[in-house]
Amino acid sequence: MLHVEDLTVRYGDLTIVDHLNFAVEEGQWLMIVGPNGAGKSTALNAIAQGTAYTGRVMFEGGEMKKKKSSDRARCVGVLMQNHFVEYAFSVEEVAALGRYAHSAGARRNTGKGAGRGGEDSRAVEDALALTGMISQRRQSILTLSGGELQRTFLAQVFAQDPKLLLLDEPTNHLDLVYQKQVFELIGKWLQTPGRAVISVVHDLSLAKAYGTKILLMNHGREVACGPAAEVLVPEHLDPVYQMDVGGWMRQMLGQWNG
Amino acid sequence: MKARSDRFSFIVFLAFAAVAFAVFCLCVCVGSVGIPLTDTLSVIWGGVRYQAGRILTVLSGVVSGGSGAAGSAWQAARPEGLQASIILSVRLPRVLCVAMTGAALALAGGAMQGLLKNPLADGSTLGVSSGAALGAVTAIAFGIRFPGLPFAGTMVMAILFAFLSLVLILALAYRLDYSLATNTIILIGVIFSMFVSSLMNIIVTFAADHIQHITFWTMGSLQGTSYQNALVLLGALLVCGGIILRHARELNAFAIGEDNARHIGVDVRKVKLVILITVSGLIGVCVSIGGSIGFVGLVTPHMVRMLVGPNHRRLLPASLFGGAVFLMLADLAARVLLDPIELPIGVVTSLVGAVAFVVIFYRSRKHG
Repeated sequence: MLHVEDLTVRYGDLTIVDHLNFAVEEGQWLMIVGPNGAGKSTALNAIAQGTAYTGRVMFEGGEMKKKKSSDRARCVGVLMQNHFVEYAFSVEEVAALGRYAHSAGARRNTGKGAGRGGEDSRAVEDALALTGMISQRRQSILTLSGGELQRTFLAQVFAQDPKLLLLDEPTNHLDLVYQKQVFELIGKWLQTPGRAVISVVHDLSLAKAYGTKILLMNHGREVACGPAAEVLVPEHLDPVYQMDVGGWMRQMLGQWNG
Repeated sequence: MKARSDRFSFIVFLAFAAVAFAVFCLCVCVGSVGIPLTDTLSVIWGGVRYQAGRILTVLSGVVSGGSGAAGSAWQAARPEGLQASIILSVRLPRVLCVAMTGAALALAGGAMQGLLKNPLADGSTLGVSSGAALGAVTAIAFGIRFPGLPFAGTMVMAILFAFLSLVLILALAYRLDYSLATNTIILIGVIFSMFVSSLMNIIVTFAADHIQHITFWTMGSLQGTSYQNALVLLGALLVCGGIILRHARELNAFAIGEDNARHIGVDVRKVKLVILITVSGLIGVCVSIGGSIGFVGLVTPHMVRMLVGPNHRRLLPASLFGGAVFLMLADLAARVLLDPIELPIGVVTSLVGAVAFVVIFYRSRKHG
């Protein structure tokens, strides 16, 4: 589905992402992990066409760079880590904007916009229902908690109905209960055929639990890429994090036994 | 439950139009010579019939092959008398210009506040109006004209300078702070305004004989505006305003966040360019006709947002009416408060606007 070839991002003399190569196929959930400053988020942002890069990002055979912005949004959706909102839009208004690429707004020049109103509102209804935001649909986004705000934007990206979902630390500052909710929702979303997910996560346990494929990065380069059982092993993790990762995890989680 | 339409219902639209029309009538009636409403309306009606009759006469003359006789049936008498001439040649064109300037500035302000996700953005706070005024003054001082079109030179230069100012300010702001934080961009706007007004003062000092009193450009005035001005404003509103209104959905996306807009498939660069050009067009035309009248574009969308919410499909049309009402009332206050002395209209809007700026800033800091 997505093929990344030689992806490199430079800011001035600094190389943030260094010749990354990987692929994501239908049904896969790729977890990008690595220490702070490894270039995970920048790599994700480059795939989303949010920053200048060299190399190629191919989606189903076509180069992402060359796609029209509305075509791009029907292929790839993005959920960010933080949302700084300023105006009192309602939950529903934010979610409905997810249909932008599908509806008259973007297609009025091509004449394909007609007759899609019903489909649009159904997609928004479904997305609000899936994320549990139906009862708060009229509420101002300025009054939402962090978890509710993240679910609102999740509803937007579900309404957008992309084939590939990019997530940048989607639950970084959320309470455990929301962390669980969001990951379970995305897991459910992924069950429909023809979809795939790439997410950047800090938490190696989450990566292990939900990822079908792991990309471990350090200093902008790939350290290892493959199934969790092959990548999240001491030979790869310990030099990257400069500590005994497995030991620390067992020690932390072992506290909960008995 | 069915999703509610995010456009205006016809009733709400009618209510806004009714309020705007009532204020319009008030502003034409009241002044140093008070004229009763019924007389005012009958004079305006007479004037409209007279003009319509003239147009019909010409048209029917064309249709019937040159003999104007057939058309004279429609010809109404031109209203005469002191009251009629006060209304038709002084107040009506002025109030029309005031209303449309207010509408244009409010629409431009609303569009910028959405595009930049910044409730403090406006032609005056970003320095765009000052830039436009500098363009107009430069055109007059250096005699830049287009043959046959008396004020096209000033207007084109005002639009051009407004656009260049916007691009310059935004480029600087992006360099300093990619997230375009509220404070950075306003700070740059203020510094830019100061820089531009000193340039303007230099030009005015050296070309004093060409340029009317400097307060016209810094404080603004719509005294003595003509029907010709009103037509130009109407044209700008139809073209630039129409384009802005068609981008309501994109502006909603920008108001939630530029990154979010890109992710949902908005062509961010194209929309930004279109909005910046149309906003510059509106501000440039307004400044070349009435000087830089500050804070209309700041205050109106903010008040309107409290009434109809932040969705640009409602906010933008409501801002058109709101801006017209706000500036008509400000103009009325400028004419009546210290009668027979007339205040520059910009003084009134700035007095209101400066207070509103503080209030908006205080609120946005509290929840931010």
